[in-house]
Amino acid sequence: MSDAAWPGLPSLARRHRRAALARRGFALLTWLGVALLAVLLLRVGRQGFAWLDWGFLTSFPSRFPAQAGVLSALAGTLWLIGLTALFSVPIGIAAAIYLEEFSRPGRLRSAIEVNIANLAGVPSIVYGLLGLAFFVRGLNLGRSVLAGALTMSLLILPTIIIAAREALKAVPQSLRQGAMALGATRWQAVRHHALPSALPGILTGIILSLSRAIGEAAPLIMIGALTYIAFTPDGPLDDFTALPIQIYNWASRPQKDFHGLAAAGILVLLAVLLLMNAAAVAIRYRSQRKS
Amino acid sequence: MQETPDLKPPLALPELILETRALSIFYGANEAVKKVSLPIPQRRITAIIGPSGCGKSTLLRAFNRMNEFLAEVRMAGEVRYRGRNLYAPDVDPVEVRARIGMVFQKPNPFPKSIFQNVAWAPAINGLAAKRELPELVETSLRQANLWDEVKDRLDASGLSLSGGQQQRLCIARALAMKPEIILMDEPASALDPISTARIEDLLFELKERYTIVIVTHNMQQAARVSDYTAFMDLGVMVEFGETDQVFTRPREQRTEDYVTGRFG
Repeated sequence: MSDAAWPGLPSLARRHRRAALARRGFALLTWLGVALLAVLLLRVGRQGFAWLDWGFLTSFPSRFPAQAGVLSALAGTLWLIGLTALFSVPIGIAAAIYLEEFSRPGRLRSAIEVNIANLAGVPSIVYGLLGLAFFVRGLNLGRSVLAGALTMSLLILPTIIIAAREALKAVPQSLRQGAMALGATRWQAVRHHALPSALPGILTGIILSLSRAIGEAAPLIMIGALTYIAFTPDGPLDDFTALPIQIYNWASRPQKDFHGLAAAGILVLLAVLLLMNAAAVAIRYRSQRKS
Repeated sequence: MQETPDLKPPLALPELILETRALSIFYGANEAVKKVSLPIPQRRITAIIGPSGCGKSTLLRAFNRMNEFLAEVRMAGEVRYRGRNLYAPDVDPVEVRARIGMVFQKPNPFPKSIFQNVAWAPAINGLAAKRELPELVETSLRQANLWDEVKDRLDASGLSLSGGQQQRLCIARALAMKPEIILMDEPASALDPISTARIEDLLFELKERYTIVIVTHNMQQAARVSDYTAFMDLGVMVEFGETDQVFTRPREQRTEDYVTGRFG
């Protein structure tokens, strides 16, 4: 195609070059991010894999690296996720449903929205302080896994609410109107149509929020999670420790062996995250198949 | 036959099942519907025609209280169902919508199976027990002329149907509630001519048992299908009468201009 055949498009070649440049630039940036993650994983994997064995998963921490394990930290983290999810998920989804489906625009609603957005940005250590004052001391729950879970729930509640609301907003109004035009109440339209449609987005928001909760050490340290315990929690009011704290504890020791243990702890933490994500994908898949 | 005192000249109509009396609907400061008195005779098809933005959809939605979901909507005047005020404080809007069905312009089936689409509303309204649902679904799909096409795949998603089929599914869904009145807001405007023709045939069949109010911007459709026609322009009901009369011997100049295509 010469310029003479199409006199009106003289800059076509240049536009194609720019488009190719943009495409390659974005691809480069993406792969750069992926590569950094891969490098991180590889380093952690190489350092920690040797320490990862069944004994590691079933032993308590010890002064001797060869005998040390994550049992107490893993149990603490699992207790923590379970309880945090128990508190934050129902409240978060209920708040999102109320704000999106039932509340009317007005000053009260705007005030709530602004507050939630602000709370989502508050540093996690502040939630630690709040948890210490209110749950550990105020409600007298002590340094328990319950107090830890309640603190973490407060931490991730704003992000769950925001994510769930966005998921509900994405459901077209025509769906709700169709349901209500058939003589359904608003709650029936939400429960049978809007909520199921929003479920994939809500699940993603929950998993992202819980993933953040798992990795936080600062608020847990603030409320007094221990760093060296040789027992697992038997109930919600027991003392506990968590994987991030254990990892931090090992990583800050001078002996290189403990760094290897820390890396192995990171691998265990990543495995827990992976399982959570897989569970979310499975739930999403099943809910999409039903409809 | 009833006299309609608000219409000039008064018309002798079959018994009215719905009517508006000097109904005005405001969106904020904008008066979208201006003092409209529209009679809806029972078991007939009444078409509301008019150019875009004339208020016909807003008027239609007043009959099943769907305007309430829009912000800042105010009403003056009356809407009556069998002589009773539809907006009286002791009237439950949920019950109104259970008795007055609606089909929307863009087909909006639920992202559920075909069976569930039709069965859901009667089930949650308590109108049918679980074991009665399969028969109800079949009856409704047959009435909507969709049964033969979907009877082997009732579990398939409602969204897997073509546009025309989806709209007939929405009609079946409305019929499953056994309403007395069906409101249709441009039901065929998003469909191809063949699907449109099928829906128009369907309307002739439904007329025997249901009262239908259809908003359409397609004049030929109104002329083909309806018994009575109301012409609206800029929120005002310019003329109402038997379809034949409105299209061939309109009383108002504006009506004649519109139906002959001089504007709109």
